[in-house]
Amino acid sequence: MNIALTVDSVQQEALPSTSEAGLAPKRIVVAYGFWIFLLSDIVMFAALFASYAVLVHATAGGPTGAQLFNQTTVAIETACLLVSSYTCGLMSLAVNSRNRLGTYLGALITFALGAAFLTLEIREFADMIAHGATPQRSAFLSAFFTLVGCHGLHVTLGLIWLVVMMVQVAVMGFVTSVQHRLLCFSLFWHALDIVWVGVFTVVYLMGVSP
Amino acid sequence: MTDVRHDLAPGDIPSEEMQAWASQALIYTLGLLVALILTATSFWVANTSLLWPSGVGLGLTVLAIAQMGIHLVFFLHITTGPDSTNNILALAFGLLIVFVVVTGTIWIVADLNDNMLMPSSDAMDMRMQR
Repeated sequence: MNIALTVDSVQQEALPSTSEAGLAPKRIVVAYGFWIFLLSDIVMFAALFASYAVLVHATAGGPTGAQLFNQTTVAIETACLLVSSYTCGLMSLAVNSRNRLGTYLGALITFALGAAFLTLEIREFADMIAHGATPQRSAFLSAFFTLVGCHGLHVTLGLIWLVVMMVQVAVMGFVTSVQHRLLCFSLFWHALDIVWVGVFTVVYLMGVSP
Repeated sequence: MTDVRHDLAPGDIPSEEMQAWASQALIYTLGLLVALILTATSFWVANTSLLWPSGVGLGLTVLAIAQMGIHLVFFLHITTGPDSTNNILALAFGLLIVFVVVTGTIWIVADLNDNMLMPSSDAMDMRMQR
């Protein structure tokens, strides 16, 4: 890999720099624009994390995180999302080599794991609400449901997007625009996993540790 | 103009040498393994009684940041290579905003809480409930 880098830097001196070369190819422009969107999304999550951190002790005599959270569920959810991020990566490799079967298989596993994550999360929410821990109960619960629910909403949108993309692959094949959208989808899905790392650390693990 | 060098799209695998399918899959697999180890360590740190309790929060933060870095490098292929400059700069700006929002909020609100001059912890709880 070091040798490859050296070769690259030698080649770069002979070629015009990025700014001299004119417009970048559409794939790079699309993915870069989507990267900017993802970063703005992460800034939004940062605001939700900050409000959660401020309100975490404002339980108003209601249940605290340590009483509500079930670590086993969280561990399974985390594993589902992490492995679905991995299969999403393998799917994007299959897309790059225009392997239709591999793409469908990767998408199927990614969807199944994402849906499993979402099912567990909805069950957790329903369980909490059944025990009276509704978003109206305390500022802590409002912040909790906003933060974790917003992430869950993103996962839901990602699952719908994945289904739409598979329909597009089936109908239109691997045309350029579909490939660009699939690249954006995989960026989106990996970014969701990064946000979840923050969620399970800040909300669940720090919430239950003494 | 065909022989022009552009920045990489975020999410694209960096070098030509890595284009073989097997080695690309290996990158993702390595990332998955390291992320799984870090996740397991996080859960262990949160539940063990072997560690100094006051250090657990800091340890969890470090583990989470390490795992986010692993995701960025192995899954999103954001590297420090010369063809990833724009992606890195955008990421650095995003992280600056995240840092300002999170630490700024926590700092300011903690300061406001301190300046409330409430006499006892009971009163403190009362105030938080409003």
